[in-house]
Amino acid sequence: MKLLNKWPDYYKKDVATHYCPGCGHGIVHRIVAELMEEMDLGRRAICVNPAGCAVLAYKYFDIDMIESAHGRGTAIATGVKRVKPELFVFTYQGDGDLSAIGTAETIHSANRGEHITVIFINNAVYGMTGGQMAPTTLVGQRTTTTPGGRNPKFDGFPLHITDVIAKFPGVIYAERVAVNGPAGIQRTKRAIRNAFQVQVDGLGYSIVEVLSPCPTNWKMTPEDSFKWITEVMAKEFVPGVLTDKRGGGD
Amino acid sequence: MNKVFMSGNHTFGEAAIRAGCRSYFGYPITPQNELGEYMSEHLPANGGVFVQSESETAAINMVIGAAATGTRVMTSSSSPGISLKQEGISFLAGFQLPAVIVNVMRGGPGLGNIAPAQGDYFQATRGGGHGDYRTPVFAPGSVQEVADLTRVAFDVADRYRTPVMVLGDGMLGQMKEPVVFPEPISDFPEKEWALKGRGDGPSRYMASLILDPMEMERHNWELVRKYQVIAKNETRYEEYMLDDAKIVAVAYGTTARIAKAAIKRVRKEGVPAGLLRPITLWPFPKEPLQNLARRIEDFVVFEMSTGQMLEDVLLSLEGKARVAFHGRPGGVVPTPVEFARVLYREYQRQMRVNNETA
Amino acid sequence: MARKKHRVVVKSELCKGCDLCIVYCKKGVLASSEDLNKAGYHYASPDDSKECTGCMVCVLVCPEVAIEVYGE
Repeated sequence: MKLLNKWPDYYKKDVATHYCPGCGHGIVHRIVAELMEEMDLGRRAICVNPAGCAVLAYKYFDIDMIESAHGRGTAIATGVKRVKPELFVFTYQGDGDLSAIGTAETIHSANRGEHITVIFINNAVYGMTGGQMAPTTLVGQRTTTTPGGRNPKFDGFPLHITDVIAKFPGVIYAERVAVNGPAGIQRTKRAIRNAFQVQVDGLGYSIVEVLSPCPTNWKMTPEDSFKWITEVMAKEFVPGVLTDKRGGGD
Repeated sequence: MNKVFMSGNHTFGEAAIRAGCRSYFGYPITPQNELGEYMSEHLPANGGVFVQSESETAAINMVIGAAATGTRVMTSSSSPGISLKQEGISFLAGFQLPAVIVNVMRGGPGLGNIAPAQGDYFQATRGGGHGDYRTPVFAPGSVQEVADLTRVAFDVADRYRTPVMVLGDGMLGQMKEPVVFPEPISDFPEKEWALKGRGDGPSRYMASLILDPMEMERHNWELVRKYQVIAKNETRYEEYMLDDAKIVAVAYGTTARIAKAAIKRVRKEGVPAGLLRPITLWPFPKEPLQNLARRIEDFVVFEMSTGQMLEDVLLSLEGKARVAFHGRPGGVVPTPVEFARVLYREYQRQMRVNNETA
Repeated sequence: MARKKHRVVVKSELCKGCDLCIVYCKKGVLASSEDLNKAGYHYASPDDSKECTGCMVCVLVCPEVAIEVYGE
């Protein structure tokens, strides 16, 4: 018998990750590494990783990477891509990085239509720092800074940042997907491939928002986390293609 | 190039382009808007990249991205905007990335005003950002020096892999003077540390994160050794009429020019005054000051602030001489007459003290 | 019993016992082991008596790239 699935080339071999059991990062990391190989991007890729659980992503991805201050990934990616447009530049960011402290950079890099790709991991909570409220936390969701559940009167509503930027003319492709089972994972890979292809084809900015499980801070099993995404989170953040201007219109 | 008549702000831009800078990221703020505007016109014409960012914070991070690829890159702002860049400057220092940051100072703190001041000395020389690092700081005193020191700033940044600040003020930025620019350069040795995609080689991570404290300590001391080399090689200052001086003014930038005019005035009244003008604020010219203190009893520090470089002068002199201070903060530009009165008064005091102890 | 066409191998030291592969395997090939790996997890372990079809869903859902599927 021969091995049917090989270890992805651009993923450091047999390194045990620091991510929690059932965390969505591992699945999306693997998808990205596979696409680096399938689309032959790994040799010219620069990934800008966030402050968040994925601050240690450099231990796993076997491509050139740049650390970023919290939220600044899309500004750093802009600097790289503008001076070296032949490089393949993408950010990998969490919900705090991208839609709290990094909101201005996220909106303006999209508004300028920078030729970068953004992978937005949305787990509705601040994972690395122990489970505080995120901009995408759902109404009623308990976190360490909303112990009584998110109350719109004081805490506002979940922020649909991807929907906002999808309307910008320079945002060529925006899709929301969910890591909530085999079908969702397949769809996630297809979406990220589409988004990467937008940059390869020189069309402009692309973003994929991935609803991702955080069993530890949601206080659920991995299996129940997948269910919670399907039954609860995806009702607020509805998966689907938010914009597709690849044909020239939308 | 022949002599041209140009503003300080425009000169920063032209000097940067001639130094091979091919990327600029910045946000408008008075009194340095003309620098960004100059870059928006001339950088793309020279095959470079100009981006007006959404904030000074975004700009310094775009600088990080560009610098990581080995490109000569510049940003500029004025006092409040430089506050916004502090995190990014700390990161540049931690990453050991070269970049040039221009601060055209204005009145502060807070929103302040748009008039010239020197209130950001502490911010520039004492870190400003978090962590154990120093930033070389150049303080031009004329538009010609803006042209000359901007080139030096890029060279020092590349040579030592460090962010470098060029500290001007609103007066210097706005005024026009004759300038002769050096010839443009654009060929630089390759930077093996720069990121360009791993190609067939191992992947690399450009980082300032070092979780292991022992490793972090090692990195911190490595940076200190670098700063010691910079202090040894790159300290710059000007000596003006010091040979027979009995009282020495210490001032930098625009204030130094006013001090020189004051010195010319009081010399006519028989006051043997001179000036030590720091050109690098960090590394600070401690040694020349200490040497002077062997024979000079009185120093007068002039600043357009409430007294920031004053502390470095006191630290350098270690109590070996009397230090007086005269400052005008808030955007007020002092006059030569005002400085002359101070020098005269301090010299009279010195003569009285010496006669009494004679 | 027919000769096995597929075989699953779990790298037990990479596995974190998230059990997603166990949940999604339609043939019940994988089960939580009684033993603990060095990190303290009950790692997933293949039951060689079960019929793996090589569908690779376990590989798809595994966050640790800990599963290898062999086939003809």
